[in-house]
Amino acid sequence: MIGMLGREYLKLFYKQDEGEGEVAGVFKYQAKTGLPLWMLGLGADRLWADMNRLLAFLFHQGILDEQFLQLQQLQDETSPNFVSEVVNIYFHESEKLLRNLRGLLMERELSDYKKMGIHLNQFMGSSSSIGAKRVRNVCVAFRAATEQNNRAGCLRALEMLEQEYCYLKSKLHELFQIEQQRALAAGVRYPAQN
Amino acid sequence: MAQNGVVTAPGTKWSEKADSFGLSPPESDEVHVLAVDDSLVDRKVIERLLKISACNCKVTAVESGIRALQFLGLDTEKSPSDGFDSLKVDLIITDYCMPGMTGYELLKKIKESSTFKQIPVVIMSSENVLARIDRCLEEGAEDFIVKPVKLSDVKRLKDYYMTREVRAGSYQDREEAGRINKRKLPDTDTTPDDLSSSQPSISTSAPPSSPSSSPPSSSSSVPSSPPTVLDSPIRRLKMTSTD
Repeated sequence: MIGMLGREYLKLFYKQDEGEGEVAGVFKYQAKTGLPLWMLGLGADRLWADMNRLLAFLFHQGILDEQFLQLQQLQDETSPNFVSEVVNIYFHESEKLLRNLRGLLMERELSDYKKMGIHLNQFMGSSSSIGAKRVRNVCVAFRAATEQNNRAGCLRALEMLEQEYCYLKSKLHELFQIEQQRALAAGVRYPAQN
Repeated sequence: MAQNGVVTAPGTKWSEKADSFGLSPPESDEVHVLAVDDSLVDRKVIERLLKISACNCKVTAVESGIRALQFLGLDTEKSPSDGFDSLKVDLIITDYCMPGMTGYELLKKIKESSTFKQIPVVIMSSENVLARIDRCLEEGAEDFIVKPVKLSDVKRLKDYYMTREVRAGSYQDREEAGRINKRKLPDTDTTPDDLSSSQPSISTSAPPSSPSSSPPSSSSSVPSSPPTVLDSPIRRLKMTSTD
């Protein structure tokens, strides 16, 4: 469910693709010339569409929620890399938390469930602040397992959390890459084409 | 970006303290917000939200209640008027759940201080717990924001510090006014003895006879709990957030 906000976003910015060639990773190439789109000067619009398609997908899957859009609104000329800066801090903190959680759960003696709960609260908070909805939801389930001292449940939740986090990270990297290309494409100028 | 977690000895000269926190001398129109949150992600977001919502907003972000008290000079037994009391703060926004001192405990400490009790304090929390909200309001918090914080939440905060700007109008001697953490009404006599008085000349807890510059949406005119908590602009009825 994208939600109304996501749909409006999609309507505003989505444009039809026009005969794209094969995709090598996230770099789209034009079939005719074999050049990456951003070099052709036509790329900006298509990359814009790509970015929005990816965003729409992420909203639809519940991976991101409207808080991510809020972050984007905070980005402008005075702070042009705001979103990636915040997200990179989030990655950094999250990986630390995940390491801590795994460490606590792997302890031979009694696991410190209370400490896990504290880490999870932090993880939940930062995830919700950037709009990482699915990651946050897994944290909620994980936290419930810690409250029951349910080791098996915690292990399962940790696995799921690591998976969700990895997936989120790869998707956000993809998003930032497209954004970078779009910036490059927007900077390239060619004589007007019909 | 504002520094955080820097410790300076009490009684440090203002300029040294300001440097350690990355501050420049206060300018007349500038609003200074102290943000307290243990999450770096949240500190970055709240700082940006504040800066976007008010052009003249200076933000000091610290990572704990202790740091906040150190910044305010409340962490020692000595009277905070020794030295750097010109670090004026117009609004304090703090997370509730923090290791060590919670936002609630920080709120209490601020409201217990004669020098700082007029500073509006806003609490943020990811948990939508009514009892928690009520407790904070009763302790004197102006508002309670449910995380994640949005631009609309922060825009609402303007009410809490903007009224003072409007009412303070033109105060010529900015330096003198800056020596204590309050600004003065144009018609108030300013004497050094007023430093320790707690006349709320700037907070929204002004007497009802004051000019109608208080926004109608302001829910609390006194530190005690507002008449109808439910009617306040507090966004705690965001039912979509999980409990």
